[in-house]
Amino acid sequence: MNRLQSLLSGRELSIVGALVAVVAVTTVVNPSFLNAQGVHDLFLNASIIALLAIGQTLLVITRNIDLSVGSVMGLTAYLSGQLFIADQETPTVLVMLAGVALGAACGAFNGALVAIAKVPALVVTLGTLYVFRGIDYGWASATGVHQINAAQMSPDFLAFGSGSILGIPHLSLIALVALVIAGYALHNWRSGRDLYAIGSNPDAARLAGIPAGRRVFTAFVVSGALVGLAGVLHASYFGTINASVGTGKELAVVAAVVVGGVAIFGGSGTVLGAVLGALLLTTITSALPILGVPAFWQRAVDGAALLLAISLDRAVQLRLAERLRKERSVRRA
Amino acid sequence: MREKILRWESILLLLVVAVFAWGWQSTPGFAEADNLSFLLLDYTEVALLALALLPIILTGQIDLSVASILGFCSALTGVLWNAGMAFETIVPLVLLAGAVLGSLNAALIVRFGLPALAVTIGTLGLYRGLAYIVLGDGAVTGFPDSYRPFATDTVAGSFLPYATLLVLVVAALAAVVVHHTPIGRSLYAIGLGEQTARFSGIRVDRLKFTLYIVSGVLCAIASLVYTLRYNSARADNAYGMELIAVAAVLLGGVSIFGGRGTVVGVGSALLLMAGLRNVLFLNDVTNEIQNVINGLLLIISVLVPVVAGLLRRRRHPVAAAATEQPPQQTLPDPVAASTAHGSPEEDQR
Repeated sequence: MNRLQSLLSGRELSIVGALVAVVAVTTVVNPSFLNAQGVHDLFLNASIIALLAIGQTLLVITRNIDLSVGSVMGLTAYLSGQLFIADQETPTVLVMLAGVALGAACGAFNGALVAIAKVPALVVTLGTLYVFRGIDYGWASATGVHQINAAQMSPDFLAFGSGSILGIPHLSLIALVALVIAGYALHNWRSGRDLYAIGSNPDAARLAGIPAGRRVFTAFVVSGALVGLAGVLHASYFGTINASVGTGKELAVVAAVVVGGVAIFGGSGTVLGAVLGALLLTTITSALPILGVPAFWQRAVDGAALLLAISLDRAVQLRLAERLRKERSVRRA
Repeated sequence: MREKILRWESILLLLVVAVFAWGWQSTPGFAEADNLSFLLLDYTEVALLALALLPIILTGQIDLSVASILGFCSALTGVLWNAGMAFETIVPLVLLAGAVLGSLNAALIVRFGLPALAVTIGTLGLYRGLAYIVLGDGAVTGFPDSYRPFATDTVAGSFLPYATLLVLVVAALAAVVVHHTPIGRSLYAIGLGEQTARFSGIRVDRLKFTLYIVSGVLCAIASLVYTLRYNSARADNAYGMELIAVAAVLLGGVSIFGGRGTVVGVGSALLLMAGLRNVLFLNDVTNEIQNVINGLLLIISVLVPVVAGLLRRRRHPVAAAATEQPPQQTLPDPVAASTAHGSPEEDQR
């Protein structure tokens, strides 16, 4: 019980609270929001963005950021389509491995520029956002394949994307496994703790003997692999791919991570928070049409949620500082 | 002396000349007046956004919401025009809207002390969302012919478009303010160390606040040019343009950490990108490949000074170590700070 409490402490608890509130209000307006199918869809939709958020968390904790996630995801989604055009019976596992490998390669490219060449991550990934998306479109126009439909993919692959075990969608299971592994590694492994140290104070971390460059590089590769996997899962879930898959996803991912309590300047936050943030934003997005709000409010809601989250954090931080100052002056008096 | 010749701005200017010479030699129609006008017009809005970003990045901050402000102002122009408002009334209202959106950024960053990166990623989404909320996903067209020439025509008898003239005026103003006034010196001071700047009596907060408002107004001006130029007000106007503007500023030799960069550098980078885009366009290179080139240019522009710094340190370890920033400095990365870019101080000597 104590463990559960500490697991759901602070930020996570308040997101769960917000989640319950959104679900409650929406269910009152339309009871079908909370039926089995509705919940199933909700988790499916949140799974892909949750995978991206887990990867992004690893980077944001180290005071880095990856704005190229949408482009990498689009690239691996398109890759899986192309693999099926080459051979419609390509095994699902092979497609996934290829997607993970390509994603990791993109991550390694970003990571090498950040960790070895010391170019700030914001600039690198702003640049690769263009480069990867351009490769994606270039590939599509070079091969003349602008759209790949479900009919061209293997039935196994599509069945995997929409399938479930014991009522839990495959995609959500994968996200859950990634969450548990990343959460455990960040919390218990030495390399995981190093990421927090690097984010808190890069210079101090280096002086303390932490191989900062190697850790950051690895974080980029792991994050890239997760993004690559997310792209393949997107293809298997939606069954339609073009070169624009994932465009603009970086906003949703960064919003999810920040709403989940990961500090944008590194050093604090959990993957559980980020995943809950992703779940909350997805839930709000699904609730909007039911509450009679047009779907194109989503972008504004993502942005507003991000601003609200950092403002609340700041307010709490200021109050805490105030309280500490008072306590100190009382003690002195 | 060698440092001066090898300055980033000089390299950029050489590259600009090279690109234009290449276009002139290899591409029929490149040097025609019509094409040059088009080349310049095509980068009007990017140039205005880049000039809005320049002073902000000089202070070590960022504004990723510029293109979204442009989008919102364009959508607002469409809505007001549809409502039957006169264009003379719309212009000040749109400028005001830009100022308001800019000051919301400023309030969150300056008054509330939130990180600029997080805030403007948030308002990037929020303002673009608001644009869709006010206009929906349709388009408003049919703006009056009496105003469109301002955004499409050239100054009588030359290839210089009026809109480019506007950019030149803004750039000249920026150059004067940034390089020749106490305000400009303060921008560099804040970028090199905000605490120090504060303690030396610079009104850091007020200056930063003003920068974001000015940025909002410049984005609003850019939105008017964009709307009239394409004769179309849409919520997704200039989607993603913040990336091109940031790329231009950084390619222009402005340090992402602040405190380093010149208006001439950014101007050359804009000319370089506009020229390259035009030559590639005339040679039927697709937009997507151009985006790859833009992205690579951005990465290379930041990579070159870092690599140059590393090489210099290897060749003259002692001299380089002496000029290197001490680790106590609050600069985020001592390696990236000791770049090959000309520092602003060199201008004064």
